[in-house]
Amino acid sequence: MIPSPYVVPAIIVVTLATVAIGAYGLRLARTTSDFLVASRSVSPTWNAAAIGGEYLSAASFLGVAGLILKYGVDVLWYPVGFAAGYLALLLFVAAPLRRSGAFTLPDFCELRLRSRRLRKLATAFVVFIGWLYLVPQMQGAGLTLNTVTGASYLWGVLLVGVLVTASVALGGMRSITFVQAFQYWLKLTALAVPVIFLLMAWQASQRQPISEPVFRQDTTVVVQHPVRLDGAIVPAGTEIRFEAGDPVPRVESVPRNDGLRWLVPGGQSLFATYSLILATFLGTMGLPHVLVRFYTNPDGRAARRTTLAVLALVGAFYLFPTLYGVLGRIYTPQLLMTGKTDAVVLLLPGAVLGHGVLGQLLGALVAAGAFAAFLSSSSGLLTSVAGVLSTDVLGRGSVRDFRLSAIVAGAVPMLLSSLVSGLDVSQVVGMAFAVAASSFCPLLVLGIWWRGLTDVGAAAGVLAGGGAAITAVLLTVGGIRAPGWMSVLISQPAAWTVPLAFTVMVLVSLATRHRLPPTVSTTMLRLHAPDALRL
Amino acid sequence: MGGGPEGQGGGRNFPRQRIVLREIARQRSATQDLAEQTKVGDALLRGLIRAQLALALRLSIVVGVGLGGLPLLFSIAPPIGRTTLWGINLPWLLLGVLAYPFLFVVGYAYVKLAEQNERDFTALVRRDS
Repeated sequence: MIPSPYVVPAIIVVTLATVAIGAYGLRLARTTSDFLVASRSVSPTWNAAAIGGEYLSAASFLGVAGLILKYGVDVLWYPVGFAAGYLALLLFVAAPLRRSGAFTLPDFCELRLRSRRLRKLATAFVVFIGWLYLVPQMQGAGLTLNTVTGASYLWGVLLVGVLVTASVALGGMRSITFVQAFQYWLKLTALAVPVIFLLMAWQASQRQPISEPVFRQDTTVVVQHPVRLDGAIVPAGTEIRFEAGDPVPRVESVPRNDGLRWLVPGGQSLFATYSLILATFLGTMGLPHVLVRFYTNPDGRAARRTTLAVLALVGAFYLFPTLYGVLGRIYTPQLLMTGKTDAVVLLLPGAVLGHGVLGQLLGALVAAGAFAAFLSSSSGLLTSVAGVLSTDVLGRGSVRDFRLSAIVAGAVPMLLSSLVSGLDVSQVVGMAFAVAASSFCPLLVLGIWWRGLTDVGAAAGVLAGGGAAITAVLLTVGGIRAPGWMSVLISQPAAWTVPLAFTVMVLVSLATRHRLPPTVSTTMLRLHAPDALRL
Repeated sequence: MGGGPEGQGGGRNFPRQRIVLREIARQRSATQDLAEQTKVGDALLRGLIRAQLALALRLSIVVGVGLGGLPLLFSIAPPIGRTTLWGINLPWLLLGVLAYPFLFVVGYAYVKLAEQNERDFTALVRRDS
């Protein structure tokens, strides 16, 4: 691809706007409370846009369209689940969690179950999930800069990592609330405006049907690694010429390349589908950077309304990646062969509209949106990881501790993502959801709705479910494949780790009934009494 | 509705009013029962929690059947996957477009009903004789 001359200016504008809005917030940020939860003075509209901006990461902006291009209708469950997670959050968690008055997930553990040890365990999980989610964000940034500007992967990782770490360390969450809200609208615009032109071009070309992927123009492909094409091994260095109209050959590592099976469901097993549904529906409530935003609502009722607004904003956003995935099937089928399907959103404007001014401008807009996606998600994640590190591990929660923690929290995933560049962005994000769904989801749901939960029961459930999910993640990331039917249990673990966590939590709590915290009634009253009563 | 607590401040313009101690005692008790966690207060709170949980579970079942049933439906009745509406395969339409307004409507219903539960509870607790 010819780099568009507008990409670098667009990314610089996004960066400057981020820094400028951050600096505006910086003058207002003073106390530790300001840093962590923006002094709870953020209005629901701002808050909802900020949550949306923070949540829609590289996996949503680039990864979903890439997955759809590759796998078709089956992976539509990813965006549906990413949105439905907010419904689960709304139904079971939003209002009571806000009323609890806790700042972070570890705070909630201590508040509800009066256990310092459980607090430490929750801290460890927050940091693990945060880092697991941060690594693919930074990798995605490296990949984007590499695709659209030709700069090296490492520079992209370093640029985003340093920028985000500095912004979090200097401004805290106050500035980030404004930055995130701005970035939601930027991301929505960056997908919605180009798609209008793409659809017009598609309409103008007599609505080219989605069929077997074929090359649209004469294309020469240079094989860089030995691959298996249509069953035959092609050595590295081979040049293959395709003429316009030739079908795209099937690469062994890219499954389901044929036309019709892409259109109809049933490409993956029911177990895998339901596992994915469970992980995404229930994982959202356990993501630390999402929960921390709920403390910025003034009361439980506002928390509910904010969540509903987020559901609308996030749902509106997810209408677009599907269109990119489908159009990519027509206009950029070569990505199916190179395997770089995550780049479909970035490459489509150029591929459909040509390399004139319009194509280049829209390409730059999309690249700026992708950059905003990395910036906002990683700064949100970094804030919550730094928040728990500063209060529980590295210090006592002073502003200086928070700044130090932000640097530590940012350095680790930067180092990790510069070491491993082979992970698949969307898959790792899905695994973070599975871990969250198997650890914090049962802890929150049972903690809020069941008096019988004990600290020992909660810890046992988190260790069993979350531990099993983490083991599955490490096995998958390490490339270890289990034989036969066991492989799906490892690659999509949520369908067994979530019920495991719930079961262990309930059974161990029943067995340790003598450890029920004496404050349980007071806590329950605080969580559930309507805000209007002001008890 | 008897004399509210605001009527007892002793402003000169208020008409003279008989205060029956028993009424005040009953009126204050429900809120106090809650705050002090007497058996009555505890029962009231349990009722509210049960109502809110039942509401959340009912709506989860709506989503569980409405959305969660789709993979099963597609797998036992493959022709549904090949059915097209306006040239688009039905699963794409259901999952790519209609799922989002569906989720929002369920969420909207929850917010309205949960707030209604809380208003009912508040009215119950604050009700004076």
